[in-house]
Amino acid sequence: MTYLAITDLQKHYDSYHALRGINLSITEGEFVVFVGPSGCGKSTLLRTIAGLESSTGGSIELDGRDITEVASSKRDLAMVFQSYALYPHMTVADNLSFALRLAKVSDAEIKEKVRSVSASLQLDALLERKPKELSGGQRQRVAIGRAIVRQPKVFLFDEPLSNLDAALRVQMRLELARLHKKLGTTMIYVTHDQVEAMTLADRVVILNAGQIEQVGTPLELYRQPNSRFVAEFIGTPKMNLIAANKIIRQEETLAIELLGQQIHFPANRLKGPLPDSVVVGIRPEHMSLVESGGDLTGRIELVEHLGSEAYAHLQLSSDQTIIIKAPARTELKDGQEVSLKIDISEMILFNKNDRVISVIPEEV
Amino acid sequence: MTLNQQRKLKTILTGLFAWTVALVLFFPIFWMFITSFKTELQAISVPPSLFFEPTLDNFRIVQERSDYIHHAWNSVVTSFGSTIIALVIAIPAAYSMAFFPGKRTKDILLWMLSTKMLPAVGVLVPIYILCRDYGLLDSKTALVIIFTLMNLPIIVWMLFSYFKDLPKEILEAARMDGATPWDEVVKVVLPLSVGAISSTALLSIVLCWNEAFWSLNLTASDAAPLTAMIASYSSPEGLFWAKLSAASTLACAPIVIFGWFCQKQLVQGLTFGAVK
Repeated sequence: MTYLAITDLQKHYDSYHALRGINLSITEGEFVVFVGPSGCGKSTLLRTIAGLESSTGGSIELDGRDITEVASSKRDLAMVFQSYALYPHMTVADNLSFALRLAKVSDAEIKEKVRSVSASLQLDALLERKPKELSGGQRQRVAIGRAIVRQPKVFLFDEPLSNLDAALRVQMRLELARLHKKLGTTMIYVTHDQVEAMTLADRVVILNAGQIEQVGTPLELYRQPNSRFVAEFIGTPKMNLIAANKIIRQEETLAIELLGQQIHFPANRLKGPLPDSVVVGIRPEHMSLVESGGDLTGRIELVEHLGSEAYAHLQLSSDQTIIIKAPARTELKDGQEVSLKIDISEMILFNKNDRVISVIPEEV
Repeated sequence: MTLNQQRKLKTILTGLFAWTVALVLFFPIFWMFITSFKTELQAISVPPSLFFEPTLDNFRIVQERSDYIHHAWNSVVTSFGSTIIALVIAIPAAYSMAFFPGKRTKDILLWMLSTKMLPAVGVLVPIYILCRDYGLLDSKTALVIIFTLMNLPIIVWMLFSYFKDLPKEILEAARMDGATPWDEVVKVVLPLSVGAISSTALLSIVLCWNEAFWSLNLTASDAAPLTAMIASYSSPEGLFWAKLSAASTLACAPIVIFGWFCQKQLVQGLTFGAVK
């Protein structure tokens, strides 16, 4: 059942149209991540939900109540900011209890709640310290604790991990995932880091230029993007894109000419009419090296060894390079000529408007 | 010259320059202070005498001729009173302009400052007539009102520039935590701005304390603050440098001592924003 419903939400700043009609429904307990390049409107959308920005059209409904015009302080949402935004003049304990004190909760109850939250976030020893005496990771835990202690209807996270170093970020990401499992509260999380989005989210909302580009589970977005934008945004290294200028329908298959060689794509996986030209999308792991007779041939330009795997950059023609995934202990050498087989079942076709015009076959 | 020597020389030169400036600025005060211990004859002697037998006569005469405590009390009431009222008005004004700026906020700030560009004498007659008609001549009320309005633009500006530097997220966090605008100001903005507010207040008190134009024109005796008392020594009977200096020393002393005690806050205030 819908818990948070956003309907045709608009936000204008003078002449700039930041949110262009956002429609989204979130169910209770879901972990939803807003992701997109900078300036796509993800933070604006979160801040509008929080009430820190006013909307210029549309509505937001939370748990059956229209909160579009309700003040932030009365929305019953908690937010964790990128800069932590702790109260510098208060101790950790006072930071944690600030909201409860404002809500006139009894002293005994405050004490109990602060105790249980600080225990679960390992802040017990720090309760009497001021924020300036804490490390970045500790500050972030206090900020999270401050949000948890209130038991709000929804948690809002605005790029909470981007000020932390890489190792700490991975650790905090895991803690957040555990926290969500434990509390079961609805969480909305904004990030520009697609790895965070993929690992944390039940559902990912990809935003682009103030509009929702696609909503889906991380795997749906990875396997079945509906636009070139999503396909390129999700996945590292990026999906390979190769332009094909000639397509012929041959009974059950489409013959697509890729750099002089033909590949055959099942015709029943094409949505809509046959286009004049397509761009073929293949992820690096969906191509394999073969002795001979592959779909593509190229020359190895560079091999990157990551330890657990390797990525080879291949020059297919003078202006086309692609990346393929290779086993960790690959024997590939720079300058070597290789032949590639494409996993047609994972291949995606884009039309010239960058929309996806193929479907992925259901998994067997 | 080695790099190290160059650096040393630079330090010495900078120090020398700073001391020169400081001494030049301090000299008039120093001269006033020592003149107050001279006789009237020594005070006007040329070349000035640096070595003389100090006397407290001037202070005694000033005490006899004018009621120092009365004037000092007037100065305290007018400068502290107007500063408190100005802060009560300026804090919410600066808060709303810093955290909820509108399209015209900058214009309003400039307009407020522009009122300081008008020479006070330009509005002397209308204000004098207003005070007369409302029976406020020679009253502390009139001075408090004038001082409040006089310093309000500066106080709003100073607080505005400090508030503007406060991280906005802290206030947003408070709002998400359920704080009303009143809670935000009282529980977050004010505790974070103690330094800025005290230094602003100190500046306003000093400006009021030393204000002479309105004090001289709107008061006679009942409400006359220390500045008016000093002026009474450059009187029709002629200039009495030594007594004038003694009166001035007495007038400066409280505020200098007060400023000394508030030094920490003041320095913090004057450099705020530098370390954040």
